[in-house]
Amino acid sequence: MKDWKVLLVDDEKEFVLTLAERLGMRGIQTETAFDGQSALKKLEVDQPHVMVLDLMMPGMSGLTVLERVKKLYPKMEVILLTGIGSTSEGVSGMKLGAYDYLMKPLQIEELIEKIGSAIKKGSSAK
Amino acid sequence: MRSLKDILSQLLEIPDEGTTPERYRIVRRNIAVLMLMITLIPLAMMTVINFYEYRAALRNEILTPMKALVNKAKHSFELFLASRLSTVNFIASAYTYDELADEKNLNRIFKVLKKEFEGFVDLGLIDSKGTQISYAGPYELQGKNYALQTWFEQVKVNGVHISDVFKGYRKFPHVAIAVQHISDSGKVWIVRATINTAKFDDLISSMGLDAESDAFLINRHGVFQTKSKFYGEVLDQCPVVPTKSFEPTVIEKIDPLGRDVFLSYAYFNQTDLVFMLIKPRSQVMKAWYTLSADLLMVLVIGVIVIIVVVLKLTGLMIQRMKESDDKRALALREVEHTHKLSSIGRLAAGVAHEVNNPLAVINEKAGLMKDVIEFTPDFPDKDRFLNLVRAIIQSVERCRSITHRLLGFARRMDVEVQVLDVNDVIKETLGFLEKEALYKNIQINLELPPDLPKIASDRGQLQQVFLNILNNALAAMGDGGTVAISSFERDSQMIGVTIRDTGHGMSEETLKHVFEPFFTTKKAGQGTGLGLSITYGIVKRLGGDIEVQSRVGRGTRFTVYLPKKTESEPGT
Repeated sequence: MKDWKVLLVDDEKEFVLTLAERLGMRGIQTETAFDGQSALKKLEVDQPHVMVLDLMMPGMSGLTVLERVKKLYPKMEVILLTGIGSTSEGVSGMKLGAYDYLMKPLQIEELIEKIGSAIKKGSSAK
Repeated sequence: MRSLKDILSQLLEIPDEGTTPERYRIVRRNIAVLMLMITLIPLAMMTVINFYEYRAALRNEILTPMKALVNKAKHSFELFLASRLSTVNFIASAYTYDELADEKNLNRIFKVLKKEFEGFVDLGLIDSKGTQISYAGPYELQGKNYALQTWFEQVKVNGVHISDVFKGYRKFPHVAIAVQHISDSGKVWIVRATINTAKFDDLISSMGLDAESDAFLINRHGVFQTKSKFYGEVLDQCPVVPTKSFEPTVIEKIDPLGRDVFLSYAYFNQTDLVFMLIKPRSQVMKAWYTLSADLLMVLVIGVIVIIVVVLKLTGLMIQRMKESDDKRALALREVEHTHKLSSIGRLAAGVAHEVNNPLAVINEKAGLMKDVIEFTPDFPDKDRFLNLVRAIIQSVERCRSITHRLLGFARRMDVEVQVLDVNDVIKETLGFLEKEALYKNIQINLELPPDLPKIASDRGQLQQVFLNILNNALAAMGDGGTVAISSFERDSQMIGVTIRDTGHGMSEETLKHVFEPFFTTKKAGQGTGLGLSITYGIVKRLGGDIEVQSRVGRGTRFTVYLPKKTESEPGT
């Protein structure tokens, strides 16, 4: 768990920062981005194990970001967050290669579990 | 005073307003009156026209034979009189005065006469002074002088004379025929013969009249010349003397016996006689009475049939109209309801969206607080703060479930159709609830025939439908009870699923609102009041229908009908 690196992307700063802090308290390294563009920029510098991506964002939408990420870094696992709780959005994300999706508000334990299994999948694939 | 046009326009108007039963009553009355008018008026007119036409036609048909009979009888009489007259004339011309004056000779002539022509009673020769010169016959009339009698004067002037009927010396009816002859030498004599009127009676009886009818001769003064069956003897005065007409004429009269009669008569051309034929109207018009009774019967039956048919027909029409109006009203209500649902759905989605993000923030902040408290070893009042934070997180959790339900309500627009077995869907759904049922000691009875046709529908949404209904069923029951689920094929188009519980049931008032959004009987915080509204929306969306029956204390029965083939609208 100590060497997990996660990039959190959401336009709701309070949400992202708080979530980052909580994950940090559990020993998970986090990076944060508040929109798609800056998230992609951060990925150029360093690639985390998992990206937690909100689907509803102003500017570049979550699905577009997902598409780009999967193109550029096919091995990176992406967990989607969706505020609207719509299965169809989640499902179309899954079709684009997302690992899983969670509905907001989320439970931290569930998120950590998902991150863990995503990393496990990534490492076994390697 | 209203004009006919006003009345008609009022009848043709179908009121849109007014209370419904009143409106139907007016429409029915107007249609009935119109229909009766356009059927009964022509019928009545036809009947009246027929009545008069037939009567005129039939009258002619009846009266013509009467006239013909009179004409024939008149000719018979005239022929009879003419033949007797010419016979007497022949005798006067063929014999000399001396031959006729010789009693022996005259008797011989009279004998031949009686043999050849019936009816002659006597024959006599009278000189120009009116003295009976010779006589052949049953009476002693020799030497009698007729100079002062009117017939003698007339025969001197006209040359011939046919007398009225008289009884004279002989005391039974006779007619005298007298002919004056002037010889070449200028000598004048008169031959006079008497004939009895038995021949008249023979002629009348040969007409073959029925018992009710009468025929007789009168003279121009109305004195009976032959006996009448009803009105008098010979030489009595006849009560009626019709106006002069040589052509057979028919008039209607009330006779002295009080009978309504047809009187047919004709004046004789040569003599002072009138032939009269009387027939009772009732007898003559018998055919007409039968016909008019038939006509009346047809009219009455026609009117009754028309009235019955019109009333039945308008009743039926109004019934149909009412039904279609009701259907329309129902459809309108349904559209309204669906509309209400969809706008509430949109609103709910909006609210859920907006609320979800701040909720996520609250959730994370509270989570962080919890983390901080937990991770700090000697946090003051640790337990108390932890409880507070936990309460916040629990409340967020509750909000989350509400927003998810709201979103589910909005989401019902998306339909993903596949061919599926409804029995499987029911079993899957039951999987979610088995534990709760077990815990509440509720027995679940399934009656799912394996040969139920597969249908094209949305699995997820059907699950939600059954889940909502079953949730309500379980919630309606305390400890123990039975939920019975059965599926069946309703017809070639639809299948049905019935879910019956033995719970506390619903009141009529609750039933009315059961599918309305945010209507709930649960305690505040326990239900959103969206479950059955969502269910209703989904079922309608899938092209099906849902019915609910309930009795307080007895339980509730939901029946969901689903089409075998969905023609769902695309999601919005």
